[in-house]
Amino acid sequence: MTMSKTMEPTRRSSSLKRTRRWQTALHYLILTVVALFFFLPVYYLIVGSFRPSSEVLSGLSGFLPTNLSFANYAGVFDHLSSDATGHFGQFALVSIVVTTAVVAGSLIVNSMAAYSFARMKWRGKNVLFLLVIILTIIPFEAVALPLYYMFSGQRDTVIIQAIPFIANAFSIFLFYTFFLDVPGEIEEAARLDGAGPFRTFFHVIIPITKPAFATVAILTFLAQWGSYLWPVLMVSDPTVRPLPLAISIFQNQQPPEWGQVLAFGTMFIVPVLAVFLIFQRWFVASISSSAIKG
Amino acid sequence: MTTQTRNIPAPAVAPAKRKSSGSLTGHRFAGPLFASPALIGLAIFLVAPFVLAIVLSFYRVQLNSPRPARFVGFEQYTRLFTDPDLSAAFGHALLNNFTFAVIVVPVQTVLALALAVLVNRKLRGMVVFRTFIFMPLVFPLALTAVIWRLIYSRGDEGLLNAVLGLISGGALSSHDWLGSPSTALASIIVMSIWQSVSFQMIIVLAALQSVPAELYEAASLDRASKWQQFLNVTVPGIRNTLIFVALITTIFSFRLFDQVYLLSRSGSVDRGSTETVMTQIINTGFDNNNVGQAAAMTVIFMLIITVIAIIQRAAVRQRGGV
Repeated sequence: MTMSKTMEPTRRSSSLKRTRRWQTALHYLILTVVALFFFLPVYYLIVGSFRPSSEVLSGLSGFLPTNLSFANYAGVFDHLSSDATGHFGQFALVSIVVTTAVVAGSLIVNSMAAYSFARMKWRGKNVLFLLVIILTIIPFEAVALPLYYMFSGQRDTVIIQAIPFIANAFSIFLFYTFFLDVPGEIEEAARLDGAGPFRTFFHVIIPITKPAFATVAILTFLAQWGSYLWPVLMVSDPTVRPLPLAISIFQNQQPPEWGQVLAFGTMFIVPVLAVFLIFQRWFVASISSSAIKG
Repeated sequence: MTTQTRNIPAPAVAPAKRKSSGSLTGHRFAGPLFASPALIGLAIFLVAPFVLAIVLSFYRVQLNSPRPARFVGFEQYTRLFTDPDLSAAFGHALLNNFTFAVIVVPVQTVLALALAVLVNRKLRGMVVFRTFIFMPLVFPLALTAVIWRLIYSRGDEGLLNAVLGLISGGALSSHDWLGSPSTALASIIVMSIWQSVSFQMIIVLAALQSVPAELYEAASLDRASKWQQFLNVTVPGIRNTLIFVALITTIFSFRLFDQVYLLSRSGSVDRGSTETVMTQIINTGFDNNNVGQAAAMTVIFMLIITVIAIIQRAAVRQRGGV
């Protein structure tokens, strides 16, 4: 095979194309392995929830989608059928009520504070804002025990599960960074229209800073839905037990019913997964904007 | 930091347009009024318990005890480091946190970067791959621990053992991952990374996408290879983000609690090698009702977190105040 000189460039570009294709194939291969690492536990949870307990822990066949039924789900509800064990519906309700209260409360309270810090002038503001910034480094873990000591009289209530998490220094900071970007003319126009600070904030500012609210809502939701440490300290009554604490107790039952544990876990996560799949873009945007901090 | 300083609005003092003195008083109180609900909440639920922890650490105190709290000065602290019963366990817990941090921080930061680079390419089907990788984000740690507990099951019924058995042709097939001291912490590490690396990865991904494309064009005009571009353009461009990720991971390493506590409660994990400062605090203050002692641990925990946070600020600021 002799090649004329004019053929050279095409030959080179076709070999380049070939390495490109190899690179792409390799890229897909790595992606697949990585995706499997992240997805297999999820798959195992959901498929296992439909299989007999005896087959959940059975080596590699734990992955097989065989003998599927809703028996484990019925089993969960059978198992959790008295006030001594608590009811699944109750756990879910507690989690939903607490999480909703925390998300809604923190959106209102923290955005108002942030707006005040970002756009209003008042005495003592700078000192207080500096204090809020310093508070962002205190994790909840650092105050959990003394807080339990302070509120041990309120144990086993729904409200104490929510209240401590509404005011949040980091949420204030996030809102603050968003509010700084609002052009001053908008507020000026509202004021010229005779709007007071409340009207301006609720009717003018909030509608144009929706991404800030979505961000804080998602981050607060993720933290609150899985909240475990505080319920460990504050909840012993099964009727006010939230889902994370409930699953940690449910998985300990003797003899173990792993199929039921996975069914419990699936009911715990599937609604959230569904929301995540629909609003994935928003989740990703929220998390990346949480890192503006620095 | 740049966003902050750049966007600070020009002093928004209204140019003498205020109509009535009534609206003026309204304005004067609006600021504190808007801020007060959150500030009161932070004062009660963050500042007060924080101060209380410091106070309690100087007392011998129990919850619901008929005996009054007794002031003991620094005894709780000295006992923590000298009383052999206590210091061994607390030292162990601190060591476990440090070990966790020393492994997880570099591994997770590098993984976050690698994953971000992996998915930061326009390929068909990338949306699907990203979705799979992001999924663990929404998994609460309590649920994560339950799932991984099954994956790690001892004997050959455990999934991990089964997979390893298949790969090794049966040579490795019955290890008790969580139960044996040599692998318990490593097992916790893997499940923790599974649950949280995508969070860090998203942060790195955003940073990758903000590196100006011109820099890459300039580098490729200079005939820099992909790898050289990565080292000389990408890494410096996202340096601050990487530091940020490394430090939030460090703090996260010291906050480690949910997975460990849940698994130790169910007796499926080796305690000595996985006990953390947080599980010690809860065991001491809550399970054993030794509040003063746990408060002293809390104060030490807080000191560690503060030091890390200060290092973070310093490290990020050092390089031209970004």
